[in-house]
Amino acid sequence: MEYLNTIFHEVYKILLLLVPVLVSVAMIVWLDRRVWAFVQKRQGPNVVGPFGLLQSLADALKYIFKEIIIPASSNKVIFIIAPIITMTLALIAWAVIPFSESQVLANINVGILYIFAVSSLGVYGIIMGGWASNSKYPFLGAIRSAAQMVSYEVSIGIIIINVLLCVGSLNLNDIVTAQQNMWFIIPLFPMFVIFFISALAETNRPPFDLPEAEAELVAGYQTEYSGMMYAMFWLGEYANILLMCALGSILFLGGWLSPVDLYPLNLIPGAFWLIFKILLLFILFALVKAIVPRYRYDQLMRLGWKIFLPLSLIYVVITASYLFYFNLLPTI
Amino acid sequence: MKITRFLKTILMTDFIGGLFIAIKEIFKTKKTINYPFEKGKISPRYRGEHALRRYPNGEERCIACKLCEAVCPAQAITIESAERSDGSRKTTRYDIDMMKCIYCGLCEESCPVDAIVQGPNFEFSTETREELYYTKEKLLDNGDRWENILAANIKSDNPYR
Repeated sequence: MEYLNTIFHEVYKILLLLVPVLVSVAMIVWLDRRVWAFVQKRQGPNVVGPFGLLQSLADALKYIFKEIIIPASSNKVIFIIAPIITMTLALIAWAVIPFSESQVLANINVGILYIFAVSSLGVYGIIMGGWASNSKYPFLGAIRSAAQMVSYEVSIGIIIINVLLCVGSLNLNDIVTAQQNMWFIIPLFPMFVIFFISALAETNRPPFDLPEAEAELVAGYQTEYSGMMYAMFWLGEYANILLMCALGSILFLGGWLSPVDLYPLNLIPGAFWLIFKILLLFILFALVKAIVPRYRYDQLMRLGWKIFLPLSLIYVVITASYLFYFNLLPTI
Repeated sequence: MKITRFLKTILMTDFIGGLFIAIKEIFKTKKTINYPFEKGKISPRYRGEHALRRYPNGEERCIACKLCEAVCPAQAITIESAERSDGSRKTTRYDIDMMKCIYCGLCEESCPVDAIVQGPNFEFSTETREELYYTKEKLLDNGDRWENILAANIKSDNPYR
């Protein structure tokens, strides 16, 4: 009986995290489309529900009722598994995101490593989907996506090393509390910019949305998908974007800390501040989508390997030597 | 020259400028309208759904001269006429096949008594093709329904005819 209780308790905690994440993914799609429309002086989705807030739910309902078409020449098992993997991996990474000192599903000591590992695995869902479709465009899209995600993962990893040098711990809660005096965006501002751009590339957002470049590749790796399977790719993609925004706010913007440690502000629960920062970052994501043209593939690779990687490596050296010279290295 | 370009790239001035333009655009008025609830302005010359008009006393204007039938490039209009008991020539049949019609407006232009006109209505889609074969009753009914707007449109466009 005892272990059943534990299981129910854990499932309850997981649902308490996942349901809000999924709902906010739906809302964030609406926000994305709305910001995009507003920049272009359009109205955006505004019919379903107040301000069109229920648009994503209506879309999801449509996807549920659509037929799932599995191409005859596809590898059916992998074809079906691919969107499941994408969505699962996008969601399980949320387990270690701390919403306040105690509000975290799994307070593990290698939190940042866990997130990094899980988001690296995300590329498998895409490449499996592209390969199993057994069709030209999905395959090309999947290859592009894999190359792109691997390249930008490298620079993200080195940026994270910068932060870890200042913190001395892989625990996400420790990273947040280390920013009590000063958010890392101030000393590591160039790294924040590179992190932001790499996160755009990592999540296949414009200007790096080459894997699904409509003009060349129809819809990239999603071309053969339909119905709920397509919706799962879509959910996974936006959950990943939210995760990257959360990671950015935890690494650089002080996570659940209030901007200034003053009386009325530090009464507001940490979850609010984290969500606020995630939203700010996401609006920036949406604005970037509206204003930039798409990169060419060789430009994308050049930016990743020839500019971001050396820059972040140099910054690691600078950070390390600064901390070492002034004896500021964190004691573990 | 090269150094300014380098600095521009490193500091991403163009990107940040674009970002601020985007933020400014968000607060400007929208160029699109909320279509089914608000509609754009339509010119008095707009060539929409057809209508047959009547005189204020209820007599139909059409004198069955068949000019519209003759001028119609798509041959969408079919007219049959007969003498009425009071000696006037009137149509017994006035059909417009809206599937054939190309909305060129020649019928309206050729009409000597302003009987057949094209109104401002453009939302008359139907579920079957048969419904788009407009008979005289339907056209007269349209005329009665839109008379106010049709008369105003003809009046306002008259100086330019």
